Amino acid sequence: MIQLLAFYLFAAIVIASGALTILARNPVHSVLWLILAFFNAAGLMVIIGAEFIAMLLVIVYVGAVAVLFLFVVMMLDIDFAELRAGFVKNFPLGIAVAVVLLAELVLGIGAYRAGALELGTPDGTAAPIVGESNIENIGALLYTEYLFLFEAAGLILLVAMVGAIVLTHRGNRAPRAHQNIGRQIARRPEEATVNTRPEVGQGVQL
Amino acid sequence: MIGIEHYVVVSSILFVLGVLGIFLNRKNIIVILMAIELILLAVNINLVAFSAFLGDLTGQVFAMFVLTVAAGEAAIGLAILVIYFRGRGTIAVDDVNRMKG
Repeated sequence: MIQLLAFYLFAAIVIASGALTILARNPVHSVLWLILAFFNAAGLMVIIGAEFIAMLLVIVYVGAVAVLFLFVVMMLDIDFAELRAGFVKNFPLGIAVAVVLLAELVLGIGAYRAGALELGTPDGTAAPIVGESNIENIGALLYTEYLFLFEAAGLILLVAMVGAIVLTHRGNRAPRAHQNIGRQIARRPEEATVNTRPEVGQGVQL
Repeated sequence: MIGIEHYVVVSSILFVLGVLGIFLNRKNIIVILMAIELILLAVNINLVAFSAFLGDLTGQVFAMFVLTVAAGEAAIGLAILVIYFRGRGTIAVDDVNRMKG
């Protein structure tokens, strides 16, 4: 019973916040709705026993990606009212595409319910081991069968990181005064301080 | 009783919302990137739901890879956005024609 309630709650909020993400006037509000959508999607995944992916969703999306969006939205000084100018104009086309897509998906689900195509059954190599936690099961699978794919994923992240840094790094355009260590060490107190008695109005040579 | 269909319906609606978001906010590339994230979230919900339904963890492993690609895509996309904004002072994607493509 409580699972039913949780499912409908999470599903309703994820859809509502997804809709508000694309409809909100202010992109900052969009990002906040997106965060709510991710939280509730994580809830949807928790109630079918995929708690590792759910936690990953919260950590990666909410903790990193959404905050990245928030930073970029706040840093760029953009007139968002001007960017929404085409909203009404694009509305009919967008709705038409969305209706067609939804009809296709409904058709797909209907075809699935009428009797799915037999594409084979899972052979059991990736079946979760009964009695172990979701994380242990995923780890056992990830570090054996999908090891190379896992490392490729790490490589993708590395490339993305390097790419983002290379794209946005500006270098030091104005070279700073360099430190001359030899001169600094060779400095003695006798030559560092001088005692002068300038005439009035003459000033000192520095 | 919650079946696999319920999850498929939720992820379908979310996917359609993502596509609709791309069409509605054609000028605002930040919202377009967010709509792409919504689409990938719908894909992830589908993968995880079928993984639980079939008793096969491969779906969850692939959901992780989708997550990786989504994070990389968001980072690169926002980096491109930032350098574009630096050069042009606007992010209206309608008049992006620097490469004459």
